[in-house]
Amino acid sequence: MGEIEIVLKDALAPGMTRLEGYRAHGGYRALEKAIAMGPKEVQDEVTRSGLRGRGGAGFPTGRKWSFLPNDGRERWLVCNADEGEPGTFKDRYIIEKKPFMLIEGITIAAFAVGAHNAAIYCRGEFLEGIELLEAAIAEARSAGLLGKNILGSGFDLDLWVYRGAGAYICGEESALLESLEGKRGMPRLKPPFPAVAGVYGLPTVVNNVETLATVVAIIEGGAEWYASMGTERSPGTRVFSISGQVRRPGNHEFELGTPLSELIAAAGGLGEGRTLKAVIPGGGSAPILTPDQSDLPMDFESLAKVGSMAGSGGVIVLDDTTCMVRTSLRLLQFFAHESCGKCTPCREGTEWLRKILVRVETGHGREEDLGLLEDVSNNINGNTLCALGDASVGVLLSTLRAFADEYRAHITGGGCPLAPVASMSAAAAGPA
Amino acid sequence: MTADFEAEARALRERYPRGTTALIPILHLWQGKEGYVSQEGIERTARVMELPPAYVESVLTFYTLFRREPTGRYRIQVCKNLSCMLQGADETIAHLARRLGIEPGETTPDGLVTLEAVECLAACDEAPAAQVNFRWCPRLTPEAADRLIDALAQGDAEVVRRYG
Ligand SMILES: Cc1cc2nc3c(=O)[nH]c(=O)nc-3n(C[C@H](O)[C@H](O)[C@H](O)COP(=O)(O)O)c2cc1C
Ligand code: SF4
Ligand code: FES
Repeated sequence: MGEIEIVLKDALAPGMTRLEGYRAHGGYRALEKAIAMGPKEVQDEVTRSGLRGRGGAGFPTGRKWSFLPNDGRERWLVCNADEGEPGTFKDRYIIEKKPFMLIEGITIAAFAVGAHNAAIYCRGEFLEGIELLEAAIAEARSAGLLGKNILGSGFDLDLWVYRGAGAYICGEESALLESLEGKRGMPRLKPPFPAVAGVYGLPTVVNNVETLATVVAIIEGGAEWYASMGTERSPGTRVFSISGQVRRPGNHEFELGTPLSELIAAAGGLGEGRTLKAVIPGGGSAPILTPDQSDLPMDFESLAKVGSMAGSGGVIVLDDTTCMVRTSLRLLQFFAHESCGKCTPCREGTEWLRKILVRVETGHGREEDLGLLEDVSNNINGNTLCALGDASVGVLLSTLRAFADEYRAHITGGGCPLAPVASMSAAAAGPA
Repeated sequence: MTADFEAEARALRERYPRGTTALIPILHLWQGKEGYVSQEGIERTARVMELPPAYVESVLTFYTLFRREPTGRYRIQVCKNLSCMLQGADETIAHLARRLGIEPGETTPDGLVTLEAVECLAACDEAPAAQVNFRWCPRLTPEAADRLIDALAQGDAEVVRRYG
């Protein structure tokens, strides 16, 4: 277990954003190999590697690809580059540092599933990444690596980049497809799943940026090599985005199953004289871990077993100077703002939770508010159309449990014991 | 300013021929020229897309990057989400609001700056993270924010090239 760079390998090498530089570091060997193997072999290889999606849910990639119906309809591959989960910044890094690795991964995946059309849905703020990707796609096309008859294989792939326009919910795959069709980005009722009726109603695979980049390494190094890393059910490596109250925030790639403490150490550890208070291990949607869980292996099963989740790989570290009520409030403001409004528990519930948290944090909390927070949360959890509902209460419910005393102190003490109310700007508090 | 709009918008429609996929790119195109999407922008987009203006508006208003109000030459977006909050984003936002004399969401009377407090920008390692006209502007502490505003106000060539 430890830090190993596969996806991040040579990310900072000079010239990596140009085709020549990428090829000088072994780029496009995997695509050549994939073409020699043929689509079925490539798909089998990815299945045997045990790769699980890096977008949030950890669904096995090979299995997802196998769900496409064999009914002769045109197929699509859509890359999810809408990265907006609080505390996550790995996909942007991959796009900006290794755009060709993503494009090569998309080409291999499209070849494996027989898709002749692919799109990269980038969040609208990634303008610099979009420009890089568009330049890279143009270069790849003129080198015969995209477009008609790729590398003389007879395989055609048209790939374009789509710029989103600001909406966290468009990271949810069915909302993303709605948005890609030029509509309001609201999640669809499932089933049917995208594999059966995706973009334009056609069979569609949606995969995350890191998932697709990892496919390149798997084809190049082989399934056995890849599965020899990580744990049995969470094979390989993943890129963790480590931020918050650490000395050197950044992206670090570790074998899955590496203890949390090693991740924190890689990010420079905590500040002078600070102690660990809590960690959000999988982006702002993931229930917190407490300091006694510092040695927890960071893989899909271990995190699920303790009631949290591996999520997006965004690890947010909180030290003893940080208020847990304010932390929950900040996230509830986010979820209330990003709720698409399609279902009532999420639309109304997140706004109520936000309001109650504002009053607790600003010293106007009532005796019954803690029970109310729990009750409203439980009415959202499991009762919504998409996973944003559950996500919105992950940190709140877990901190209500682990830091009940701190919540109570806000109510009995008439305000925040850690941060004076005055230090919270109007923008941070939001309307009461 | 918007003279070439029609031709460029039609080219986008050809590039994304299916469904109404071209709608969002065309709205980005308009906003890139005007800085926001006015009623005229909605109507001309609707004409190119052969859609009712009300439909265009319903899509437009779903997305936070599209602005409906006149917008400053420099649109400064400062992240207020958790990792940035832990590194002082609230202070940066409050400082900018005081210095510019506007609230987040507003534009300075001289039309130079629009200030926005936004959600996680996927740059949490560079907290407090910010963008100016969608170019990265890392570690925007209150001091760095002062330097940025000074440079923008003076039309500093390097800063204008970077964020212009
Ligand atoms: C509210 C919400 C936001 C999401 N945001 C993202 C995102 O930004 N990027 C992403 O890849 N997946 C995101 N997902 C997960 C996607 O729905 C989907 O599972 C993923 O793109 C599949 O790719 P993978 O199998 O490669 O992981 C989100 C899910 C939800 C419910
Ligand atoms: S859970 Fe929230 S975001 Fe998801 S569909 Fe319902 S209202 Fe929309
Ligand atoms: S929390 Fe500010 S960029 Fe992610």
